[in-house]
Amino acid sequence: MAKIEIEHLYKDYIKNDGSILHAVKDASLTVKDGDVVVIIGPSGSGKSTLLRTVNGLEKAQAGHIYIDDVDVVNPKTDIRKIREEVGMVFQSFNLFPHISVLNNITLAPTKVLKMKKGEAEELAMSLLKRVGLEDKAKERPSNLSGGQQQRVAIARALAMKPKAMLFDEPTSALDPEMIKEVLDVMIELAEEGMTMLLVTHEMGFARAAAKKVIFMDAGEIIETGTPQDMFTHPQSPRTQDFLNHIL
Amino acid sequence: MDIPLNSSAKSNMDTKENFEKAKKAGISPLPQKNEGNKTNINMTDGVLIPTKKNKHLISSWRITFFGAILLLVCLCAFVTRTNSQGVTTHPYWEIFKFTIKGAPVTFECTIFAIVGAVLIGTLTGLGSVTKNRLINGICGVYVELIRGIPLLVQLLFLYFAVGSIFHMEGIIAAIIALSICFGAYMGEIIRAGIQAIPKGQIEAAKALGLSKSQVFFNITLPQTVKIVLPAIGNEFISMLKDSSLVSVLALSDILKRGREYISRTFLSLQTYLVVALIYLIFTLVLSRLVGLMEERLHRHG
Ligand SMILES: Nc1ncnc2c1ncn2[C@@H]1O[C@H](COP(=O)(O)OP(=O)(O)OP(=O)(O)O)[C@@H](O)[C@H]1O
Ligand SMILES: [Mg+2]
Repeated sequence: MAKIEIEHLYKDYIKNDGSILHAVKDASLTVKDGDVVVIIGPSGSGKSTLLRTVNGLEKAQAGHIYIDDVDVVNPKTDIRKIREEVGMVFQSFNLFPHISVLNNITLAPTKVLKMKKGEAEELAMSLLKRVGLEDKAKERPSNLSGGQQQRVAIARALAMKPKAMLFDEPTSALDPEMIKEVLDVMIELAEEGMTMLLVTHEMGFARAAAKKVIFMDAGEIIETGTPQDMFTHPQSPRTQDFLNHIL
Repeated sequence: MDIPLNSSAKSNMDTKENFEKAKKAGISPLPQKNEGNKTNINMTDGVLIPTKKNKHLISSWRITFFGAILLLVCLCAFVTRTNSQGVTTHPYWEIFKFTIKGAPVTFECTIFAIVGAVLIGTLTGLGSVTKNRLINGICGVYVELIRGIPLLVQLLFLYFAVGSIFHMEGIIAAIIALSICFGAYMGEIIRAGIQAIPKGQIEAAKALGLSKSQVFFNITLPQTVKIVLPAIGNEFISMLKDSSLVSVLALSDILKRGREYISRTFLSLQTYLVVALIYLIFTLVLSRLVGLMEERLHRHG
């Protein structure tokens, strides 16, 4: 497994009116090998942006992100190599609608890792079994419920045998009755020792699985602590205020 | 798929705005702003594509199609004329036999030109979505140029330009001219098709480690093809009709053969009626085929 270290990271966007928006400001955090770290914070605070810089979907302007000592921000780094090793799960599942569930999972192993088709399908079936969907292999993604689609998305990411996983609000697009089935898969993954960095407001998950909770506001990391400390006695008034709103 | 694939958005009437062509596939060439609750009447100059979902359209399709066939058959079979020598002929049947020989040329020209237009359109479509400003600019100017000039003027100009520079056969010049004209609209269709693929899918593919070309060939292309196929079918029908414009000069197609026949017999009204019916029947058959293809595409997700 892997370690993620973010050091003094900055990410700006140029807004339509030409002014500069500091989406992430001087953010530093560490996810130790096998740890689960949860990022919380209000909408627009830069959580997704921070997460997306880790696999290079957004390019940081300054700072460093080390994944096992390879710096993602360094332009010389092969970003595709990083993406092979770091899986990502999105809020909106983003399955490929034109191919079957099975092919969604086998696509990257066959194209990127050049795995044999049969081998990839075997792997895909075992992952589908793990997320409880082996009977859906031949279906098109659109025939699946949201919760099922998200479990396929997790299986798809796992098929690359990543050493770390990023989750951006994986359950916030789901109906309440489907949240648990996805969280169960994630908790299992955490228990197996996967290094995970997530954005989620599922406090139950954070309590059950997270080593650390990080509160972000306006692009900055305001406070970091164990789930216990953060949810019961947060230090910063901004954290308190935010938690009062969502709890 | 998020964008309406066709006829649902287009059970609607005509305008002469040629640049709205991309829309007639139901693909908006530009993101449509929702301006309050202003009713958006999507206008097209294309044929209406009947699908099962649209009962009203399909019944008018039937009436027109079978009406046209019936009229043509009756004219050919029952209208007779006896000339001064007392010989009885079927003039409509004679006209039909003569003009229909132009059909292979019409189809040949249309098929080659649609292939050309798809090739040009693919390049233009890709060129308008790349990040290279210069290529964007070139594609944009090409599309604007074509949109702003009446089709007949473009075709005549290109036909003579292409023909005089390269000294080629009339049909080749016509095919090239049609390809260039329709390539611009095709480019807009393909651009809209590419842009209809949700960005999230592209990101998910990238996040899995796929290269740019792998993303294009495995994610973008197969979905774009499905989206634009009905629109290309529409363009084919439009082109079948519009090919009659260049044909006046270059090809021995349906219309040209009709004109030849008129110059020999002076039966203008009768000949144009037959020519019109032939075009109408072809167009209606094709529009139904496009409709069926669309239904199939819908069913298979
Ligand atoms: N591509 C972009 N271009 C310009 N501004 C952007 C872009 N992406 C994000 N932003 C801005 O950056 C800020 C941080 O966005 P981000 O999506 O990281 O927030 P978030 O904490 O994930 O919010 P949410 O909880 O709503 O997902 C926001 O103000 C957003 O408007
Ligand atoms: Mg977000």
